Amino acid sequence: MIDELIRYLGNWRNRETVLELLVVHARLALLPLLIGLLAALPLGWAAQRYRPLRAMLLGSANVLYTVPSLALFVILPGILGTQILDEINVVVALALYTAALLIRPVVEALDAVPGHVLAAATAMGYRPLRRFLTVELPLAVPVLAAGVRVASVSNISLVSVGALIGVGGLGQLFTQGFQASYNAPIIVGVALTLLLALVMDALLSLAKALLTPWQPRRARPTGPAQPTGPAESAEPAQPRPTGGEA
Amino acid sequence: MIFGEVFGWLTTAANWTGDGGLLQRIVEHLRYTLIAVLGAALVAIPVGLAVGHTGRGGTVIVGLANAMRALPTLGVITLLSLQLGVLRIGPVLFGLGLLAVPPILAGAYAGVQAVERDVVDAAAGVGMTSWQRLWRVEVPIATPLLLGGLRGAVLQVVATTTVAAFVGLGGLGRPLIDGQRVTDYPRVAGAALVVAALAVLLDLLLAGLQRLVVPGGLRLATRTVQRAG
Repeated sequence: MIDELIRYLGNWRNRETVLELLVVHARLALLPLLIGLLAALPLGWAAQRYRPLRAMLLGSANVLYTVPSLALFVILPGILGTQILDEINVVVALALYTAALLIRPVVEALDAVPGHVLAAATAMGYRPLRRFLTVELPLAVPVLAAGVRVASVSNISLVSVGALIGVGGLGQLFTQGFQASYNAPIIVGVALTLLLALVMDALLSLAKALLTPWQPRRARPTGPAQPTGPAESAEPAQPRPTGGEA
Repeated sequence: MIFGEVFGWLTTAANWTGDGGLLQRIVEHLRYTLIAVLGAALVAIPVGLAVGHTGRGGTVIVGLANAMRALPTLGVITLLSLQLGVLRIGPVLFGLGLLAVPPILAGAYAGVQAVERDVVDAAAGVGMTSWQRLWRVEVPIATPLLLGGLRGAVLQVVATTTVAAFVGLGGLGRPLIDGQRVTDYPRVAGAALVVAALAVLLDLLLAGLQRLVVPGGLRLATRTVQRAG
C-alpha cells in the first residue's frame, strides 16, 4: 500500500489534481462558514431581542439542520434554478447549515451578557448598534468560537459528500479511487481532509485567543482540539438542542 | 415547473411499490441506520459511562471523538469496500458506525460528568457502592444527554446512509444516485425529499422519546429550578 501511495504521489499530474481538489475543498467549506457566520449574527441578534422571532428562528434552524446535506445539494438547484453540478448549491447548502448551527450560540451568548454591563454601556451613551458591536459581540466570542469550530469541522466533512453528485473537492478522490479500484487517492483524500480540519481548528482556536485577550490563556489543562468545558462537550457532533425550546 | 415533475414522481404508486420501490428502499435505509447506530452504541455508551464515572481519560476520549468527527465517511467506506470486497455490507456499516460513535460517546460522557458532585457524594454517603452509584444515580440523571447524543447520531447516520448506494448497496441513496446517472432530476429530488422527510420524522420521534424517558424526579427538579430562576 505504501508503494502504491509513493507511485501515486510521485506523478506530478496526480499531485496537481490533489492540490486543486484541496483548494476547491477548502473554498467549498470555508466560504459558507464565513457567509453563515455573517448571517447568524444579525439573525441571532434579532432572535434574542424579539421573543416570537426567537421561537420561530430557533425552530426553523432545528428543522433545517435535520435535512440531510445530500438532499439539500440536489433540491437547491430546483429552487435556485442553478445547474446540479454548480458549486453554488454546495456553498448555499453549507451556509444554511452554518447559520442554523450558529444562531443558537449567538442567542445564548447574548443572553449571557450581564445586565449591568449593558446598563453601563447604555449609561455611557452607547447606541444599540455600537453597544452590540463593541460590547455584546466581543463578550459573545468564546461561546461563538466553540460553535464556529464545530461548524468548520462539520462543513469540511460534509463537502466530501458532494462528490456523489460530482462536486465535492477531495471527496472526488474517493469516488474516482473507488471506480478505478485504486486505494492511493482515497487514502490521500482522507488524510488531507483530516489535515484540513485540524489546521482550520488550530487557526480558529488561535483567532479566538486573539479576540479574547482578557481570558486566561490556559484556563484548563486541555489541548486546542478539545471543548473548553462540560457544557460544550455535551454538544453532539452537530450540536442540536437536547429538548426544550423546539 | 420542475417541482410539478418531482411531485408527480413522488405520487406515482409504481415508484413506491415492488422491487426497488421507495418502500423497500426506506426499509433498507432504516435497517442500515439501525444496525450502525446500535453497533456504535454498544461500544460508545460503556466507554463514555466508564470514563465519566471514573473521571479518568476524559481528555483523551473527548479529543479522540473530536478527531473522529473530521473523518470523511465516504472515504472510509470506499477504502474499506475496496479492501474487503464491493457489495459487502460490512464496510458500509463500519463506516456509518464510526460516524455515530462521537456524538454517542460525547453524550454518555458529558451526561455522567454533568452529575453534580454533591449528588454523587450523597449517594456514597448513604452507602451505595460504586456500581450502584453508576446505575441508580448517574445513569438516570445522564439519560437526557445520553439520548441527545443518540438522537444526534441517528440523524447523522440517516443522512449519510445514502452513500451505501455508491458502493452498490440499497437504501434511499439508490434512486438518488441512479437518477443522477441518467439525469432524471424528478427521481433525484424525489428521493432526496424522502430522505429529508425520514430524517425529520425520526428526529421528532426521538425527541418525543427523549422527553418520555427523563426520570420523574429529574423533571421535577428542572421545573423547580426554572420556577426559581
